[in-house]
Amino acid sequence: MAIIFKPSPSLPPPVTSVGAVAWVRQNLFSSPLNIFLTLFSLYILYLLVPPVIEWAFINATWEGSSKAACTAGGACWAFIGVYFDQFMYGLYPDSETWRINLAVILLVVMVGAFAIKSINKLYLSLAILVVYPIVAYFLFAGGIFGLEVVETSLWGGLFLTVLLGVIGIVASFPLGIVLALGRRSEMPIAKSVCVVFIETIRAVPLITILFMASVMIPLFLPEGLNFNKLLRVLIGITLFSGAYMAEVVRGGLQAIPKGQYEAADAMGLTYWQSMILVILPQALKLVIPGIVNSFISLFKDTTLVYIVGMFDFLGRIQAANHDSNWLGTTVEGYAFAALIYWIICFGMSRYSMALERKLETGHKRN
Amino acid sequence: MSDNTTPSNNSFLNDAGNRALIFQILLLAIVVFAGYYLFSNLQANLDNRGISTGFSFFNEPAGFPILIHLIEYTEADTYGRAFVVALINTFVISLLGIILATIIGVIMGLARLSKNWLVARLATVYIETLRNIPLLLQMFFWYFAVLAALPAPRDSYEFADFLLNKRGIYSPNPIAQDGFGLVIFGFILSIVASISLIVWAKKRQTRTGLWFPAYWSSLGLIVGITFIFLAIAGFPIEFDLPQKSRFNVTGGMVLPPEFVAVLVALSTYTGAFIAEIVRAGILSVNWGQTEAARSLGLRDNMTQRLIVLPQALRVIIPPLTSQYLNLAKNSSLGAAIAYPELVAVVMGTTLNQTGQAIETIGLCMLVYGSLSLSISVFMNWYNKKMSLIER
Repeated sequence: MAIIFKPSPSLPPPVTSVGAVAWVRQNLFSSPLNIFLTLFSLYILYLLVPPVIEWAFINATWEGSSKAACTAGGACWAFIGVYFDQFMYGLYPDSETWRINLAVILLVVMVGAFAIKSINKLYLSLAILVVYPIVAYFLFAGGIFGLEVVETSLWGGLFLTVLLGVIGIVASFPLGIVLALGRRSEMPIAKSVCVVFIETIRAVPLITILFMASVMIPLFLPEGLNFNKLLRVLIGITLFSGAYMAEVVRGGLQAIPKGQYEAADAMGLTYWQSMILVILPQALKLVIPGIVNSFISLFKDTTLVYIVGMFDFLGRIQAANHDSNWLGTTVEGYAFAALIYWIICFGMSRYSMALERKLETGHKRN
Repeated sequence: MSDNTTPSNNSFLNDAGNRALIFQILLLAIVVFAGYYLFSNLQANLDNRGISTGFSFFNEPAGFPILIHLIEYTEADTYGRAFVVALINTFVISLLGIILATIIGVIMGLARLSKNWLVARLATVYIETLRNIPLLLQMFFWYFAVLAALPAPRDSYEFADFLLNKRGIYSPNPIAQDGFGLVIFGFILSIVASISLIVWAKKRQTRTGLWFPAYWSSLGLIVGITFIFLAIAGFPIEFDLPQKSRFNVTGGMVLPPEFVAVLVALSTYTGAFIAEIVRAGILSVNWGQTEAARSLGLRDNMTQRLIVLPQALRVIIPPLTSQYLNLAKNSSLGAAIAYPELVAVVMGTTLNQTGQAIETIGLCMLVYGSLSLSISVFMNWYNKKMSLIER
C-alpha cells in the first residue's frame, strides 16, 4: 500500500516577524540605542502634545468680541475672529472688499478652466497673463465704472501678501529667463552686464533692496516723477527674485546636452526659435523644483515689507498683537499666521512634486 | 548662439556676428545712458534737498545708544564707531548662527534617515514645519511670544548659577585672578602636545596601518593638562555670579533676549534646510559603498567616517555654502526686533538721523557683498580640497 505524502497545513508565521508587534519591534525597539531614542521621542511628545491640544482646543474660546470673553484659560481664538477681515484685506474699506473676492473668484475660475479639454490653452494663458491683470488692477484700485477709488496705502493683509507674491513671481520669471540666457550668451558685454547684475543682487539681503526701493528710488527719479510705494517695493522684489530665478534657469540650461543646441542649429532655427521651441521647454521642465522653491522663498520673503512700513499679512497680525484691548493674545496671532503660511508653502511644494511626476517623460535613468 | 554664421553673401544685417556686435553696442549705450540719467537726477535731487554727500558724518557724535555692544560704546561716540559696533554684532550672530545651524542640521538630517520610525517622523515634522514658515514670523514668535512671556527678574527661573528671565539669560562671569597666565601657558602646551600626537598617529598609520584614537586622546590631553596647570596655579578664577535684586539682576554675563531670539530663529530655521541637504548628501552615496566597507571588515562608525561622509560631503558642500550665505544675509532681519546689527544701526537709525541715504545703503550693500564673497571664497576652497580628484 502506497504511502501518500500529505503535507500538514503550514503554521502561521510567528507573531514576532509579521504584524503590528513585529513592526514595533523592528522599527522602534531593535537595539538598545533605538529603545532609548524611542522612549526619548515619546517623552518629548508627552511634553509637547497634550498641553498644546489642551490649549488650542479643549480650553479654547472660539467666540466673543473682547478679551473678557476668553476665560477658559486656553487659546483665545475669538481674537482671530474679530480681526479676521483686517488680516485678510488690511484697511481696505469693508464695503468694497467684494471687489477683492470677485477678483479671486475670477482667477480661480480662469485657472480652473485649464482642466476643460476643449478650451484653447494659448488664449486662456493670454487672458490670464494680459487681460486679467488689467481687470484686477481696476477692480482693486477703482476709478472707473463708478468704482470708489481705494488708495494703495490701504491695501494690506493676506491680500497684499498674495499680491506681492503673485506679481513678484509672474514678473520675475521672464526677467530671470532673459538674465540666464544673457549669462550663457557668447556676447561679452551682454554677458558681463547680466553677471554683474545677478551677482550684486544675490550678494545682498532683501532688506537692503527694499530700503533701496523705498528710500533711494525717489532720489534717482527726475523731479516731479514719483512712483507710489507699492510699485517701488514691487520693483525691488521683482529684481531680487529675478536674479535668483536666473540662476535656477541657468542650471537647467547647463543640463541640456550640447547635441540639442546643435540639432536646433542644424535645423536652421534662429537663436530665439531654438531657445523657445527646443531648449527652454526642456530646461524649464528640469528645474521645476528649483522654480517652485524660489516661489516659496519669495512668498515667505514678502513678510519683509513690514520692515519698510507696509502692513502685509504678518504686519497686520503684528499690529493686532499690539492692540491694548487684546493684550496677551500674541501666541494666537502668530499661530494663525504660521498656519496660513504653512498651508500655502507646503501646498506649493507638494504641487511641484505632483507637477514633476506629471511632466516626467521617462528619460530619467532608473 | 553666435557661431551659426550664415554665408556672408547675404546682407550686412544677416550676419550673426554683425548682429551681435550691434546688439551689444546698443545694450552698452542703454546701460551707460541709464546710469548717466539716474546719476544726474540724483545730483539734482540732492542739491534741491540740500543733502551733503560724503562720509564726513562718520566723525560726528551719533547720540543714540546701542544696547548690545562688544566693544566700548556710549552715546557720545561717533557714527563711525556705531558702525563698527553694528558690524561686530552682525559677524557674531552670523558666526554663532552658522555653527549652531550646522549642528542642528546634521542631527536632524541624520534623524530623518534614522531606522527608528518615531525619530524619523519627528525630524520630518520639524523640518517641514520650520521650512514653510517665514523667518520673520519665527523671530517675532521667539521674541514677542516666548521670551517676552518669561517672568520678571525677581521671579527668574534658576538653574545652578544661571538665571532666566525676560531681560535675558544670565550666567556667571569668569574673572581671571593672578596666576592665570600659567593656565593659559598650560592650555597652549596641551594644544601643541595634541597636534603632535595627531601628526604622529597619522604618520604611524600610513607606515604600519595601526590605528590610534588620536582625536579622543588629544581631547583628554587638553582637558587633563589644562586641569593640572589650573590646580598648580591654585584655581585662579573667580566667578561673578548674577544676583537677583528687586527689579533687576546685577553681575554675571547676560545674553539679551534680542540676541537669543535672533540666534534661535536663525539657527533652527537654517538648520531645517541644512538637514535636507545632509540627508540628500548621505542618500547620494551608493549603498554598495557601505556594503563594500562592511565586507572589508570596517566597523559601522568607521564606515561612516571614512567611506560615506567624505563622499557625501562632495554633494553637501555647495548647497551648504548657499545656506551659510543665506544665514548671514538673513541676520539682517534682526533689525525688526531691535537686535542692533548692521541694517538696524546703519540703514535704520543712522539713515534716519543724517538723511545720507546713498552712503548708508551703499555701505551696507558693500559690507554684505564682501561678507558673501568671503564666505563663498572660503567654501569654494574647502570644496576644491574635498572634491574628487580624477586622473
